[in-house]
Amino acid sequence: MKKISLVVYGVLLLALVAAPFIGFYPVFVMKVLCFALFACAFNLLLGYTGMLSFGHAAFLGGSAYLTGHALKVWHLTPELGLIAGTLAGALLGLVFGWLAIRRQGIYFSMITLALAQMMYFVALQAPFTGGEDGLQSVPRGKLFGLIDLRDDLTMYYVALVIVVAAFLLIARTVHSPFGQVLKGIKENEPRAISLGYDVNRFKLLAFVISAALSGLAGSLKTLVLGFASLSDVHWTASGHVILMTLVGGLGTLSGPLVGSAVVVLLENKVGDFGSFMAHLTGVDWFNTLGESVTMVTGLIFVICVLAFRRGIMGEVIAFLDRRKGRKA
Amino acid sequence: MPALLSQLLLGLVNGSFYAILSLGLAVIFGLLNVINFAHGALFMMGAVLSWMAMNYFNVNYWVMLVAAPIIVGLFGVLIERLLLRWIYKLDHLYGLLLTLGLTLLIEGGFRSVYGVSGLAYSTPEALSGGTNLGFMFLPNYRAWVVVASLVVCFATWYAIEKTRLGAYLRAGTENPRLVEAFGVNVPLMVTLTYGFGVALAAFAGVLAAPVIQISPLMGQNLIIIVFAVVVIGGMGSIMGAILTGLGLGVIEGLTKVFYPEASATVVFVIMVVVLLIRPAGLFGSEK
Repeated sequence: MKKISLVVYGVLLLALVAAPFIGFYPVFVMKVLCFALFACAFNLLLGYTGMLSFGHAAFLGGSAYLTGHALKVWHLTPELGLIAGTLAGALLGLVFGWLAIRRQGIYFSMITLALAQMMYFVALQAPFTGGEDGLQSVPRGKLFGLIDLRDDLTMYYVALVIVVAAFLLIARTVHSPFGQVLKGIKENEPRAISLGYDVNRFKLLAFVISAALSGLAGSLKTLVLGFASLSDVHWTASGHVILMTLVGGLGTLSGPLVGSAVVVLLENKVGDFGSFMAHLTGVDWFNTLGESVTMVTGLIFVICVLAFRRGIMGEVIAFLDRRKGRKA
Repeated sequence: MPALLSQLLLGLVNGSFYAILSLGLAVIFGLLNVINFAHGALFMMGAVLSWMAMNYFNVNYWVMLVAAPIIVGLFGVLIERLLLRWIYKLDHLYGLLLTLGLTLLIEGGFRSVYGVSGLAYSTPEALSGGTNLGFMFLPNYRAWVVVASLVVCFATWYAIEKTRLGAYLRAGTENPRLVEAFGVNVPLMVTLTYGFGVALAAFAGVLAAPVIQISPLMGQNLIIIVFAVVVIGGMGSIMGAILTGLGLGVIEGLTKVFYPEASATVVFVIMVVVLLIRPAGLFGSEK
């Protein structure tokens, strides 16, 4: 199993390195990478600690704005912009987490959602966010003052390195003793307390790490796409990342990677698929499918919750386990 | 002074919506252990249904005030029977995610037909205009919204706290298996409770139709505020939900007068303060 997954990750990494040369549009892949990082960070919280945060848009969007502002107005170099965004995510996560872990379960979700909504209104009204227009034409600049990121290919490899590093950090966290305690808290919180763990501190730390990496994802997104907008802080972005994690597989390392690719692809291609179907079947209604992305998303949510809770990678892992069990 | 009073009334109107919606959420959560994210979408359905009835069939407001809750209530029964039923044994979070999916489906559906721009719905004739109270001008429709909401809220409170049926419901909230052992049909009760809860949302939607701009997305922002209301009040008490809803509406109205920039966020700020001082909520007990 261990060997198989190493091989799979190796192949995936090779594919990502080669992606720009085999016909993938770098900016699109980078967008997927940003969301993959976002989903992995989110999964650290939901999949491994059992806390459903409904406010992760605040970290993604907040850092996206901050980095945008730092690059555009303060003229910081990209690496400083990314660091600033990550720190902002961590700080915001510290405040949100500190407030939200006072309640458990469903209340935790509602509190994070409400706090993120507050953040949304702040972003809507604050003078430096550009309101409805968002922050436009953020320059990419030169990494360390040396490497020009305006070239998409250079930007692509820098983004890839960052995302892979963050992914390794998450994998390391999950498999560390700290990660094991988090899993213990997820399985049985009272028992973790009775074993002497300061559960709230573990939860808060997990929340901060998750928020910081979500912030990094948001910063990277601004750097890559050159803008930060209200849709990053809107609650639907929080819903999105939940969907990505759920589709890919809760509590699996690779799940969010797969899930984010599936969801981003779907959103970009559902319109094309609709017009293709309309062309094929002659049914005019399919042409409107592109505008009904929300409905498609909702439908996937419903199906996942009712029939597909393990997600894509969860099913794959369960399948492999069953086969191994039969062999032994 | 008149500005203050009219904002106060506007706050009471919004507070009435918060009260009805958080009441429904609390009743549903009590028995089903599901936080109904779709509440906002069903509120929207109530409003849009009354608009559709008026525009396509010329059915007036008063008919829809009764009909829309019934239609949406039946829709809720369908949702409960077909979808929610399968997830009660799972973690709470799946209930939230399933109803979130439903929200996107319902809102997306209406959006693909009506877009995101507002639909106009005129105030029913009997309630248009206003009354001059001497110290302020009282728009009749707003007064009606507050009165109607209060009546419905207190009727619900009475039904749950003082009647036999309500006693079953409360017992079912405490221990469904024991109640079932006494021969009460708990699954049916669960279905009807969900239907009733969402019918309340639709009722609020019809009430809101002439005062809030009707659009497929009108429930989105509202439901998040109602979540904050529920966190502030705690879901343990029916009366608590009603009072918290009304109170926060009024506070929001006052904020519009004294510090308009904060009016969108004041409820969330209060939530933060309550979490710091009394994490279980004003009327809540940790469940």
